[in-house]
Amino acid sequence: MIFLQLFYTFFKIGLFGFGGGYAMLSMIQGEVVTRYEWLSSSEFTDIIAISQMTPGPIGINSATYVGYTALVNAGYSHAIGILGSALATFSVVLPSFILMIAISKFFLKYQKHPAVAAVFSGLRPGVVGLLAAAALVLMNGENFGTDTYQIVVSILLFAATFVASHRFKVNPILLIVLCGVAGFFLY
Amino acid sequence: MTNFYLKSFLIFFRIGVFTIGGGYAMVPIIEAELVDKRKWISKEDFLDLLALAQTVPGIFAVNISIFIGYKLRKFWGAFWMALGTILPSFLIILAIALFFRQFQHYEPVERVFKGIRPAVVALIAAPTFKMAKSAQISRYNIWIPVVSALLIWLIGFSPIYVIILSGVGGYFYGRYKSKKLSKDKGGNNA
Repeated sequence: MIFLQLFYTFFKIGLFGFGGGYAMLSMIQGEVVTRYEWLSSSEFTDIIAISQMTPGPIGINSATYVGYTALVNAGYSHAIGILGSALATFSVVLPSFILMIAISKFFLKYQKHPAVAAVFSGLRPGVVGLLAAAALVLMNGENFGTDTYQIVVSILLFAATFVASHRFKVNPILLIVLCGVAGFFLY
Repeated sequence: MTNFYLKSFLIFFRIGVFTIGGGYAMVPIIEAELVDKRKWISKEDFLDLLALAQTVPGIFAVNISIFIGYKLRKFWGAFWMALGTILPSFLIILAIALFFRQFQHYEPVERVFKGIRPAVVALIAAPTFKMAKSAQISRYNIWIPVVSALLIWLIGFSPIYVIILSGVGGYFYGRYKSKKLSKDKGGNNA
């Protein structure tokens, strides 16, 4: 059952994954954390941190990690877990293959069609909402702490990272490493 | 022939290993390797495929390798190039999943991740504003991202429904607008 759920979930994520990696994160979170509870919110945040620091697209990284973790958490062995990560990764890229074979010829022609342009005029603002939601959903006790000291430190680290990234374009890996060092010494 | 598949697999594998930061970081490297160095594909075709890979759903880096591979050698071209893109991150994350789970409850590791988590949330929040600019959010359509974010955040509405609804909504709004436009034109002629 869980295999079918993994396949169906990641196929759906691949099929509706418009708007790049971060928008996809919102979907993965909606399915994997909120709906099936395969991962906790903090586990999910940890994968994103790991994804930022390792090579490869975030969609592949999270499919691989979730596929393994969901099965091992459900009591299966490591070998079955590895199978699960292969299944989830396969499922998330399968729609791309099907779409390519089915529509790539038409799509090149219809890309500038008014109907396609109209669909995207709705999708683009929707994707912005997805991104905002991904950040809002993660602002919880699991990621920001429950005692006053951790909440205060977390908000400071959040604000500093936000300004450094948004305003000064500081490399995200550097920011993650610096906040990791800060966490090591402050807690 | 076989040589071609092996070569394309290795090229994308290498790009997959060395690009940190997701799909968009790969674009200039793919271009340098396939357009400039090997001349497998022309600059115009590359830009067309890039636009296509951005329009269709799915993982951008995988889409771009699939489309280039399909253009060059149909299904098996797409297969080997996509596999090259996927495999490095698959193997790295699998190794991390196998080992990280044993370390994540060590007290020092837990402390480091306590510091990292709010930073990750900030790194997701920051591009929202950049994306809002490039999506041309104005006071007329700002309700769309605000309402969808609130629905997802507060009542656990599925992001997939947001995608479906905003795509369908955009389609009908476009039809309504073009109908209105032709009606207005017709009215002027009469």
